[in-house]
Amino acid sequence: MKAYFFSECAYPYLPAEYDSIRVKLPNRIYDPEKGAQLFHDYIDEWVAADELGLDLMLNEHHQTATCMNSAVPLTAAILARVTKRGRILILGNPIANRREPIRVAEEMSIIDCISHGRLDAGFVRGVPYEISAMNSRPVDMQERFWEAFDLIVKAWQTHDGPFYWEGKYFRHRQVNIWPRPLQQPHPPIWITSTSPEGAPKVAERGHVVATFLTGFDATRPVFDAYRRRRAELGQDTPLDRLAYAALIYTGDNDAKAVAVGEKLLWYLNSNRVPMQFVNPPGYHSTATVMKIMRGAGPFAAFGRNTTADMELQKGVLFAGNPDTVYKQIKALYDHVGGFGNLLMMGQAGFVTPDETIKGLELFSREVYPRLKEL
Amino acid sequence: MNLETLNVRGVELQFFRGGSGAPLLLLDSGFSFQHDLAARLAKTFNVIAPLHPGFGGSRRPEHIDTVDDLAYLYLDLLESFDLRGVTVVGASLGGWVAAEMAVRCSHRLAKLVLVDSLGIKVSDRETPDIADIFAIYEEELMALLFRDPQKFKIDARALSEQALACMIEDRSAHALYIWEPYAHNPKLLGRLGRITIPTLVIWGGNDGLVKPDYGRKFAAAIPNATFTTVAQCGHLPQVEQPERLVEEIVRFAGDRRAS
Repeated sequence: MKAYFFSECAYPYLPAEYDSIRVKLPNRIYDPEKGAQLFHDYIDEWVAADELGLDLMLNEHHQTATCMNSAVPLTAAILARVTKRGRILILGNPIANRREPIRVAEEMSIIDCISHGRLDAGFVRGVPYEISAMNSRPVDMQERFWEAFDLIVKAWQTHDGPFYWEGKYFRHRQVNIWPRPLQQPHPPIWITSTSPEGAPKVAERGHVVATFLTGFDATRPVFDAYRRRRAELGQDTPLDRLAYAALIYTGDNDAKAVAVGEKLLWYLNSNRVPMQFVNPPGYHSTATVMKIMRGAGPFAAFGRNTTADMELQKGVLFAGNPDTVYKQIKALYDHVGGFGNLLMMGQAGFVTPDETIKGLELFSREVYPRLKEL
Repeated sequence: MNLETLNVRGVELQFFRGGSGAPLLLLDSGFSFQHDLAARLAKTFNVIAPLHPGFGGSRRPEHIDTVDDLAYLYLDLLESFDLRGVTVVGASLGGWVAAEMAVRCSHRLAKLVLVDSLGIKVSDRETPDIADIFAIYEEELMALLFRDPQKFKIDARALSEQALACMIEDRSAHALYIWEPYAHNPKLLGRLGRITIPTLVIWGGNDGLVKPDYGRKFAAAIPNATFTTVAQCGHLPQVEQPERLVEEIVRFAGDRRAS
């Protein structure tokens, strides 16, 4: 198993009361001085993770205090230069929301060049609460995602001069990107899917499928859908095609680690989002919206305070001494039929740089060697 | 009213039809609130009330996804029936579609009625004409739509599976047609001068979604238009003040007989 250290670059200094952390939280709350310091802390943490032998993961969100990293190619480009050996996974580029897929292809190529071929290029459709921030039409978004995706991959792989593209969503007459990626034919591709419906299309293309915070209950169906589609096509599913993201903290002892794990839950507990941003028209399937409107479904627990105990039980949080953390990960690993990539959200909210790096040191020394055997 | 289906240039278009008298095409608002405007108008007119593709459980072919497409679809519908002297009544989204039809081709049309219509941009770039219905709470939306929101509140949990699914798909179709540019065509205002048939622009006096002043500007851009308001009424007169709305439409267009 490979482990990626992931920080969402939170801005944790929130007022006691706010209606929505996404889309409309006024940025007067954001103190530019504090924000600047945080960016340096977060980059330092990635550099430390790189030195500890971990791979690195970054992502992008918009108009939200949960994630200041609103232009992920910029931070990824910095890491491409200041880190030495770790893979740099962007998970991902929200290409259903980006107006210029060609520009994304160019950005990824530059990062791949500067990092000497360390880029893992991930693509996401984007969470529902990005819709308003990006003025992106939620209806038929999947279709737009796949057209952008196909255009980017073609731009990476076409080397004989300009090609033509007149699709439903994107139109170009002369596509011929410079530079091209260092990795051939293109950087490894990752795509997220948190439900079984999305996995088969990723499986057909043989890319890595990643699922986030889906725990014991919802992870297996995604991986099974992927494996099933591969089997139908007569292909196997190596473990490195599957990735799972969780909140993780490794400490000297269980109590201390769970206390920091509790701090990581800032990410879940501060994530208050009103229904109009959670459920934009056409984003979810009709069946899912019916559940949401009847008070069930994937967002039923949204914005309610959760605890470390609850998240440990669900397999969303792994926290404890090294042995405990290994066992927790192994239990989920066995339950879901195995996976080859662990995406570790090891910083969130008020977890300090010292705590973050200490946790990573313990993890890489005491836990990671055992996970690598899996 | 009977629900009928007609293949209009490859689109299986569903529409309610009923009544007798001069032909009237009724284009609905895009909002899922029950009303009986078609039945009320059928006492005076031969009413055809299409379901916009994707609404009311109807199937939307992939190539129908803009207001433009709807305008051509309904012009084709009038042609399929070879109707002439048609009064087109459109509310909100339907008003926008009606205006787009009229600027394109009005030889089958006799009169136009725009009810709290969307479709144009009148304010500067930093002033919204139409509130962003997809970025506000349900209660805020209801307050914009109705003078008396309590009366029209829908309890999603009390709806049947089918009705709830239909409402969800309506909302999705609504977003598809009006998402961006939001609820308007930047070119439409400049084209309204092409509409020469008598036009009635009618507005809920308490419309919070699209203010009556917007309606006045809409009317001012159409050469032969008059403007009137319905008192004690928000964005959806067909739901909140149907009697008053029907009176206005009949007074304006009801003296005609089918030719």
